[in-house]
Amino acid sequence: MPEIVENTELCPDIWQIVVEAPDVAAKALPGHFVIVMADQQGERIPLTVADYDPSAGTLTLVLAVVGTSSTKLSKLEAGQQLYALLGPLGHPSEIARHGTVVMVAGGVGTAPIYPIAKAMKAAGNRVVSIQGARTAELLFWEEKLRAVSDQYIVTTDDGSRGRKGLVTEPLRELLEDDRQGAIGCVYAIGPPVMMKFCAETTRPFDIKTIVSLNTIMGDGTGMCGGCRVRVGDKTLFTCVDGPEFDGHLVDWDGVLARQRIYVAEEKCSMERYARVRDEG
Amino acid sequence: MNEPKKKPIQKTRTPMPEQDPATRGKSFDEGPLGYSPEQARLEAGRCLQCKKPLCVAGCPVKVDIPGFLELVCRGEFAAAARLIKKTNALPAICGRVCPQEDQCEVECILGKKFEPVAVGRLERFVADYERENDLIELPEKMPPNGKKVAVVGSGPAGLTVAGDLVLLGYEVTVFEAFHKPGGVLMYGIPEFRLPKEIVEAEVDYLVRLGAKLKLNTVVGKSVTIDELLDEAGYGAVFIGVGAGLPVFMGLPGEDLGGVYSASEYLTRSNLMKAYLFPEYDTPLVRGRHVSVIGGGNVAMDSARTALRLAAESVTIVYRRSRQELPARDEEIEHAEQEGVVFRMLTAPVAFEGDQQGMVRQMKCLKMELGEPDDSGRRRPIPVEGSEFDIDTDLVILAVGSGANPLLTKGTPGLGLNSRGYINTHEHGRTDKPGVWAGGDIVTGSATVIQAMGAGKEAAEDIHRYLST
Ligand SMILES: Cc1cc2nc3c(=O)[nH]c(=O)nc-3n(C[C@H](O)[C@H](O)[C@H](O)COP(=O)(O)OP(=O)(O)OC[C@H]3O[C@@H](n4cnc5c(N)ncnc54)[C@H](O)[C@@H]3O)c2cc1C
Ligand code: SF4
Ligand code: FES
Repeated sequence: MPEIVENTELCPDIWQIVVEAPDVAAKALPGHFVIVMADQQGERIPLTVADYDPSAGTLTLVLAVVGTSSTKLSKLEAGQQLYALLGPLGHPSEIARHGTVVMVAGGVGTAPIYPIAKAMKAAGNRVVSIQGARTAELLFWEEKLRAVSDQYIVTTDDGSRGRKGLVTEPLRELLEDDRQGAIGCVYAIGPPVMMKFCAETTRPFDIKTIVSLNTIMGDGTGMCGGCRVRVGDKTLFTCVDGPEFDGHLVDWDGVLARQRIYVAEEKCSMERYARVRDEG
Repeated sequence: MNEPKKKPIQKTRTPMPEQDPATRGKSFDEGPLGYSPEQARLEAGRCLQCKKPLCVAGCPVKVDIPGFLELVCRGEFAAAARLIKKTNALPAICGRVCPQEDQCEVECILGKKFEPVAVGRLERFVADYERENDLIELPEKMPPNGKKVAVVGSGPAGLTVAGDLVLLGYEVTVFEAFHKPGGVLMYGIPEFRLPKEIVEAEVDYLVRLGAKLKLNTVVGKSVTIDELLDEAGYGAVFIGVGAGLPVFMGLPGEDLGGVYSASEYLTRSNLMKAYLFPEYDTPLVRGRHVSVIGGGNVAMDSARTALRLAAESVTIVYRRSRQELPARDEEIEHAEQEGVVFRMLTAPVAFEGDQQGMVRQMKCLKMELGEPDDSGRRRPIPVEGSEFDIDTDLVILAVGSGANPLLTKGTPGLGLNSRGYINTHEHGRTDKPGVWAGGDIVTGSATVIQAMGAGKEAAEDIHRYLST
């Protein structure tokens, strides 16, 4: 079973787990995801690969603590093991020369954006990154992302760091100012609402906009259809057809609704988890 | 001289004790309770010990049925189990889930006049007896021959290949995508029909024999078949990945919350143990009025699971008539006894949801039967103007499955048919040298025993191939 090498809180309720998984690390590419189970009673949850080191045989995963599964994962300490880790899954990002690419990261989306930005830079693109968070305290990996970007913009909802406002504002300005048409592609990864608004922002400019969906999943291999999403006129499976899709074609209302299927159950699960933990 | 009087034949089969349907429909514990030793001997005593046993001809793996029944009569239960295991490594499972009524029992000579011998129940009895009394013995193994075989998928096909080749001295590794081995036995067939403890025990037996399991490994992603053959030193690969592609109907509203493919619904419940939520973390929408679309065994399993998850009503919605229901009679009876409602000649056309995006209603059409179609069954035709609504807050689509392309698409040289299943030649050989395939990924959804039969044949052929 994959051993945790290190588990650190990057900022309040966002954790970085480095896990030993040499076979997966050897094959991982930007855009891939893995499925993990914290323990035997756990759920199978997808996490996008945030970084990987084939020589050390490790994977880096970043997660926001929202429910029972992520809470359990955040509590694992170095030396402990994940019950299961499966991957790499999904299609890797298409790394190509676009000229300029804009990488928009919202919240915990900074983690999956980072390896893609790095690969885009290595492929000879001019990389412009926009990193957004609710407040300065919730920003992480700023230096890492800045280091692989030619231009780096940061926004916070409350103005505690960088520009006050949403990531869509600098995104729109970049597109408006791009008279030569240098921007060939936009990547937006973060909460579904943020990805939806990024896609709406780029739509009038008709610029290819890739998003990475983090739907509810089960097997992660195309066997259950729980991760299905309408893209254009097709129903696709996020785990095998994605996780990256053309943001202009994704049915965002559908994505948002499916994200909410288990809200009541998640609450119940969290309450039980907290109770069991308190009782020791 | 007086001929010794022959005991008259007991005309009906010895009944097997069962949980009361009223309480059974609420419990995930196994419904049928199995024979006692006395009942088993009584039932086995009905066998006529035919010289040319028709039952064996009906068995896809040719179990020596009169042979094991004779041992049961003599009370040598563990010996009976061992005799079965010579041809069928998973008797506790087959005794429970095989459609004996279409295989051995349909052929049984007694069945011409009376009820056939209850071969399945006896198979189950001896396997359980052996396991529960710790009488399982590992058979003799050939010395290691230093050759490696990879098996992809730990369903009945893969497990059979592994078991047979380990005995012949091969080093066998089974690669499985899920965190638990067993395939459909683990994630598809519910606990109340096949306790997972039994699947675990059967897999454990193979591991004790020496088969290696590599779980959480998706072949085609984590490692490819070509890598197994060219880099990892495997001399042959067997593909038994099953038919794991859910089929949706393409109806409006199908993506609403509370609409599941049967495979998602059953996987969440069986493999992830959502029926024990919140003790286990995986949730499942628990409908009050459940609709299951389809009429096969998978539909019956889904319906009976939903019933146990405290639904007030569970309705099977099927577009043909009762006569055409493809499920086993036994499964239909069980579902009915437990209170599942059957609404025949009905097909959904759309699903409607509430503001939260959860399904609340299903629009349906009444159907009538027309001329037989390609499958020989009468084709359902919508009755014009017959639209009506069913209130429902959980819909399970059990309308078939297809070939999952994840592995096959990423494996150059593997020939596929037009529906994406793997083409095989004699003994399960594929178009790709060194690669065999069998089970549902070749035949489409079939049965446990057919998958095992395919595995057996492939194992023999792999042995021939690697011995020359
Ligand atoms: C709900 C349900 C009820 C059924 N009831 C009965 C019954 O009562 N009696 C009966 O005889 N039959 C029944 N069947 C049918 C029977 O289960 C199947 O025919 C049989 O299991 C097929 O066996 P298999 O070995 O081909 O594949 P499966 O049992 O499907 O196993 C395939 C395994 O391969 C794994 N896998 C898939 N892709 C990969 C990959 N790329 N890498 C690694 N592993 C992979 C899967 O996770 C799975 O564990 C039922 C089926 C279902 C769905
Ligand atoms: S056909 Fe029936 S009676 Fe004859 S050997 Fe088989 S089980 Fe016994
Ligand atoms: S997670 Fe099951 S099909 Fe994608």
